[in-house]
Amino acid sequence: MTIDLTQFHDAFFEESFEALDSMEAALLKLDIGAPDSELINTIFRVAHSIKGGSATFGFADIASFTHSLETLLDELRSGGMQVTLSISDLLLKSVDVMRAMLRSVQAKQPLDAQRVSDLQFDLELIIAQKNAAAATTHTVMPAAIAHLAASSAPASCAAAAASPPAELASASSAAATGAAAAKSAQRRWEISFRPYRELFARGNDPLRMMRELTELGELDVNVDLSGLPSFAELDPQACYLAWTVGLTGDVSEESIRQVFEWAEGDCDLVVRLLDAPVAVPATVRASEPEPTSAANPVVADAILSASAPPQETKADLAVPAHAAAPALSVVKQDSKADAPLSALGDSGSIRVSVEKIDELMNTVGELVITQAMLSQLGAAMEGPNAEKLRAGLAQLERNTRELQESVMRVRMLPISFVFSRFPRMVRDLAQRLNKQIDLKLTGEQTELDKTVLEKIGDPLVHLVRNSIDHGIESPEVRVAAGKSPAGTVHLDACHRGGNIAVEVSDDGGGLDKDRILAKARARGLVGPTDVLTDDQIHDLIFVPGFSTADKTTDLSGRGVGMDVVRRNVKELGGKIELRSERGRGSRFIITLPLTLAIVDGQSVAVGTETYIIPLISIVESMRLKEASISRLSGRNEVFSFRGDYLPIIRLHELFGVEPRARALHEGLVVIAEGDGRRVGLFVDDLLGQQQVVIKSLEANYGHVEGVSGATILGDGSVALILDVTGIIHAASLRAAA
Amino acid sequence: MSTNATTQEQAGAGSHQVLTFVLGNETYGVDILRVQEIRGWSAVTKIPHAPAHVLGVLNLRGSIVPIVDLRMRFALERAEYTAITVIIVVSVISAAGRRDFGVVVDGVSDVVDVNTAEVKPAPELGSRAATDYIRGLVSVADRMVVLLDIDRLIASDMTSFSGNLAQAETSLAATAA
Repeated sequence: MTIDLTQFHDAFFEESFEALDSMEAALLKLDIGAPDSELINTIFRVAHSIKGGSATFGFADIASFTHSLETLLDELRSGGMQVTLSISDLLLKSVDVMRAMLRSVQAKQPLDAQRVSDLQFDLELIIAQKNAAAATTHTVMPAAIAHLAASSAPASCAAAAASPPAELASASSAAATGAAAAKSAQRRWEISFRPYRELFARGNDPLRMMRELTELGELDVNVDLSGLPSFAELDPQACYLAWTVGLTGDVSEESIRQVFEWAEGDCDLVVRLLDAPVAVPATVRASEPEPTSAANPVVADAILSASAPPQETKADLAVPAHAAAPALSVVKQDSKADAPLSALGDSGSIRVSVEKIDELMNTVGELVITQAMLSQLGAAMEGPNAEKLRAGLAQLERNTRELQESVMRVRMLPISFVFSRFPRMVRDLAQRLNKQIDLKLTGEQTELDKTVLEKIGDPLVHLVRNSIDHGIESPEVRVAAGKSPAGTVHLDACHRGGNIAVEVSDDGGGLDKDRILAKARARGLVGPTDVLTDDQIHDLIFVPGFSTADKTTDLSGRGVGMDVVRRNVKELGGKIELRSERGRGSRFIITLPLTLAIVDGQSVAVGTETYIIPLISIVESMRLKEASISRLSGRNEVFSFRGDYLPIIRLHELFGVEPRARALHEGLVVIAEGDGRRVGLFVDDLLGQQQVVIKSLEANYGHVEGVSGATILGDGSVALILDVTGIIHAASLRAAA
Repeated sequence: MSTNATTQEQAGAGSHQVLTFVLGNETYGVDILRVQEIRGWSAVTKIPHAPAHVLGVLNLRGSIVPIVDLRMRFALERAEYTAITVIIVVSVISAAGRRDFGVVVDGVSDVVDVNTAEVKPAPELGSRAATDYIRGLVSVADRMVVLLDIDRLIASDMTSFSGNLAQAETSLAATAA
C-alpha cells in the first residue's frame, strides 16, 4: 500500500545539494540594492523545491525551515522587502544550515537543532518585523505560537499525517494574523544576552534593560562571569559580562526584543520560549514523549512541536504515540530496515584510505610488468596453441590497461574541489574589510592527486586571505593610485612540466621591499650592510615569525603563516615562488609535483639510459643539419628554429652519461618548452611514446634537479621522467658558472 | 633465544638477531628487523648528480629504491657486479620518515644471535665521522662482526642527495642566520 519513499532519498539529496550550490552562487551574484529578479526567482525556486521535497519525504524540520526561508524570499520577490546586506548574509547562512540539515538527515545523525532554530528565528523575526511595521498587530510570532499550541494538538497531528507538514507550517503564518488566540498565557522565556565589549561605548546600560525586563514579568537572572579577565587586564570601559534571564509572564517575544532594541548589533541575543504556554491542555504534553524537547529547544518552533514528524526524523521517538501518523512510521521502519543498505549507497561513494589505493596502484603496476613479460614470451612461442595464447595475452593486455586506468582515475580530482570554497570566503572577507574584490578562477578542471588536493587547500586559503588583507588596498587608496576601486584576486591552476602550478595573484599594493628589509635588519635576520637580491628579500617573508604588518588583525599579521604555507608546500614536495612589484601586486606560484599521476611521455635514449620527456612539453623533434648550428662565444651551442635561435642542452653532459652520438647532426634534438622558454634537448634517439605512471623519486631518495620523477618500464627497469623547466634552470646555472 | 625478537631499541636487554654479510675480508651485520628483502643484482638506472657510491635506482615492487654500493661507501676496492652479487634492501628511519635503500654487498652469510652485552664499542680511529655509523663490534665464531647503524650510515648521505644544483635555499638560510 505505502510506497517506499526511501528509494528516492538519494536522488533528493543529490538534487538538493546541487540546488543549494546554485542558490549559493546566485546569492553571491545578488547585488545589494538592485537585485536581479531572475536571481531571486532562482533562489526562491531552490527553497521551494527543497521544501516540497523534504515535506514529501517527511523531513519536517527541513520543510519547516525552508518554509520560513521561502516566506522571506517571497517578500523579496514581491518587492515587499529590499535585499539588504544583512538579509543576504542571513540567506547565505540559511544555505549552510540547509546543507547541514540535509547532511545530517542523509547520514541519519542528529543535527544541530540549536543552530537551525536560531537561524529560523532570525528569519521569522525579519518577516515579523516587516509585518509588524505593516499590520496593526505587533505580536505576530508569539501569537502564532500561542495559537498553534493552544489549538488542540491531536488535531494538528492528524493534519500532519494527512497533509505534508509544510502545509501545516504554513498554517502557522496564516494563524499569525488571527492574534485573537494570544490570550493571557503564562510563558517562560529564556533570554541569553551576551553583549560585546563595546556595549557601554554605545551608550547602552544592561542595568536599564534588566529593569525594563522586570516590568514584563518574573525574572530569574544569572550572570556569566567567565568572560571576566584578571583585574590587571580589566578594561573598566568594556563589558565582560553575559546574562541568562528566565522570564515568566504573559509577554510576547516582540516586547522582549524591544527592551534590547538599542543594543541590537552590539550583542548576541537569543530569546527562546522554554515551554509551551501553561494554558495548553495537559493531555497534549503527556501524549508527546518528552526527551527530545529537552535536547532540542522546542522554541520558536511551536510549529515544529505541533507537527510531530520532526521528532520522528530525529530520533524515532514519537512513533508509538502518534496513532495518527501510521504512514509515516511505516516509512520510517522501512528506512530503518534498509539502513545498512542505504548507508552504502548513500551517495554512491565510499571512503577508502589512500594507502589502500597506493597498494592497489603498485600491484597493478607489477601486473602490467608481468603482462609485458608474458607478451614477449608469447610472441616468441610456437606450436599448435601459440595463436590461442597470443589472443589470450592480447585480451589480458587490454584488461590490464583498463584496470590501470581506472585505478589511476580514482585518485585524480579536479582542483575545483578546492577552488569552490573561495567565492564565499572572498565575499565574506571583502565585506568585513570594506574592500571591493573580484575573484577570478581559471583552470578549475586541472586534475591533481587527491592527497595533494587535500593538503593544498589550507595554504591556498592562507594566500588568498593574505592577498585580501595585505595585498588589495582599500577602494580609496586604489582610486588614488589610479586603479579601479575593485581589486582582483586571481586563482589559476595548470599542468606545467610534470607539475601542477597553482597561482594566487592580486593587483594590490605588492610587497614593500624596503620595509621587509628594514624589519629583517631590525630583527637581525640580515646584517646591516648585506645587499640582498629581490628574491632573497621576498624569501624573508617565509621566515617563521616574520611579519611587517603594522597591526595584528584576526586575519593576518601575526607572522605565523607564510612559513607554514611553505612548509606545507614542501611537505608535498613542491615549492613556492613569489613575484611582486611594488604598487602592481604580487603573485604566489606554488609548484607541486604529481606524486601520483599519469603522463604521456616520449621515451628518448641517451647512451644506455632511457628518459621520458612529457609530451606536453615537447614542441617537436628533428635532426639538425650542420648548417643550422652556430656557437656563441665558442661554447654555447644554438640552432635556428623557425626564425629563432634556441640553445642546445646536451642531456648527456647535464646528466653525466656516456652518449652514442656526440656530433650534433648524428643525434636528434627534441625541442621542448618550459617556463615560457624553448630549448633543444640533444638526445641519441627517440624510442616511442607511452603513458607512464609517475613514481616519486623523493619517497626513498630525494629531489633531483631536472627530474620530476621516475617510472617503471615494461621490462621492469626504471626510467627517469624529465622536468624540462628544471633542466632549463639547471643548464642556465651551468652556463653561468 | 627466547628474546631474540626484541629490537635494538631495547638496548642492553637480551639478544637480537643480526644479518651478517661479507664485504671484502670484513663481516658486517645489520639488525634483521630492518631488512626488507635480499635480492640478486640487476641493472640499475643511474641518477644524475648522485654521489659516486649511489649506483642508481631499482624498481622494488613498484617503488623506486636507491642502491648504494657499500664497497664504494667504505672506500674498498671495487668488485665486479655478477649474477651472485647481492642487494640487501633495508629500511632506514630518519626524521623524514621511513625510506628503503638497497645496499650492494659481496654476499650474505648468516643470521646470528648477538648478545647485546657482548657488543663492544668501536675504537675511536681518526675522525669521528668515519666510525659514526658503527654501532659496535661483536665476535661471532671467532670472527669480528661490525654492527652497522644503518640510519646513521644513510642519514649522512641524505643531505648530499637533496643538495643538488640549486643551492639557493641554503644560501638564503646562511644569509638569514
